[in-house]
Amino acid sequence: MQLAISIEEAVEMIPDGARVMLSGFMGVGTPDTLVRALAASGKKDLTMIVNDAARPHTGVGPLVRARCVRKFIGSHIGLNPDVQDQMREGSLEVELVPQGTFVERVRAAGVGLGGVLTPTGLGTRIAEGKQTVEVEGRTYLLEPPLRADFALIAARTCDYVGNLSYMLSATNFNPIMALAGDVVIAEPEEIVPVGVIPPDAVKTPGIIVDHVIKRAS
Amino acid sequence: MKDILDFTEMDPKEIIARRVSLEIRPKSLVNLGIGIPTLVSDHLDESMGVFFQSENGVVGLGHRPPEGMTDRHLTDAGGTTVSAVPGASIIDSAFSFGLIRGGHLDLTVLGGLQVDARGHLANWMIPGEFVPGMGGAMDLVTGARKVIVAMMHTAKGRSKIVPACDLPVTSQRRVDLIVTELGVMQPRDDGLHLLETGPGVTVEQVQAATTAELIVTGTVPEMDLSRTI
Repeated sequence: MQLAISIEEAVEMIPDGARVMLSGFMGVGTPDTLVRALAASGKKDLTMIVNDAARPHTGVGPLVRARCVRKFIGSHIGLNPDVQDQMREGSLEVELVPQGTFVERVRAAGVGLGGVLTPTGLGTRIAEGKQTVEVEGRTYLLEPPLRADFALIAARTCDYVGNLSYMLSATNFNPIMALAGDVVIAEPEEIVPVGVIPPDAVKTPGIIVDHVIKRAS
Repeated sequence: MKDILDFTEMDPKEIIARRVSLEIRPKSLVNLGIGIPTLVSDHLDESMGVFFQSENGVVGLGHRPPEGMTDRHLTDAGGTTVSAVPGASIIDSAFSFGLIRGGHLDLTVLGGLQVDARGHLANWMIPGEFVPGMGGAMDLVTGARKVIVAMMHTAKGRSKIVPACDLPVTSQRRVDLIVTELGVMQPRDDGLHLLETGPGVTVEQVQAATTAELIVTGTVPEMDLSRTI
């Protein structure tokens, strides 16, 4: 499989109706070029698994504005009026998941666990219709894994074999989501020879990265 | 409400932030929510060695960087560019919520839409009106060792401290303390106790602004905002 692909090839790979995991927190640590290209391509009925709806022009925002999204799974939508509007008119389904549960559900999918037991959400609307499990005298909610067809990752640095490192709070969901997508596509800010990222600084081993967005030559 | 606030020169939000800051212990790990809670850090001395966490993966948030030196690779949980203090560390989102849920976070200070006499907090949606979502709030209230709600006492003239929340609650956990510009309240097994009143505010004025019943034992002192930590 070709590691380095063009942005057009990446967009072509993702079909209408795909489940797409998108990293980032309020648009920080989001692969923005990929998002903009997907939005411009007119994709339909995507399920977007992303922490927050950011704002209309950041994070997943451009995909929502271009009406590419059928379902949003995440923890916060309060700063994106487009999401509120589309949810009200019924064209966008929203599943709200507490942030700590969200990231553990993603992690569970990526590391082969059958779900997560968490106290978060007990006694709230989030627990409605969900199984509870008692362990050592304490009650937990059983939350299922959250996987995706594609994980779109933003890295600070990528080397020739696809090893990734991240920068400061742009790290957020990236290393977790990179394990949870069937196809992992990374958009790095820079590409360097092998060895420039010290092994200790690699947060996502290149062996699990399927594609890296090419530089324009 | 205006009549009550005329007793003081202080901005009501600063009264709340200042009072909350007195609850923070040296060398603790603290998470501050958006809005009034964010103001709390301005009242702390850096020599206390407190580390502020933000959910997006920073332990050791610093103030705004110097003019022109902001970078969007380093933001707080509101997406605002920040700096980091010496000794800060960066963690991923799973680790960040592991700290929160796992009992490693000493204190969280959150805003609220409503708190009730049982100490239940509602702060993530107003059905049929506005649905911002819970973000990290459900994990913070469930997992932090201590939860303080810092908010204005009323909204549009209506009490935010109610007998029972009619908005969807954030957690079944009882919060530890409620701080408003009018007073400090603590939910206990027998109900909501008024522990302190705001500057220049009487017990009667607090009760008049509150739909939940307040339990008053003996003389209720006024907040001592001149106290140092």
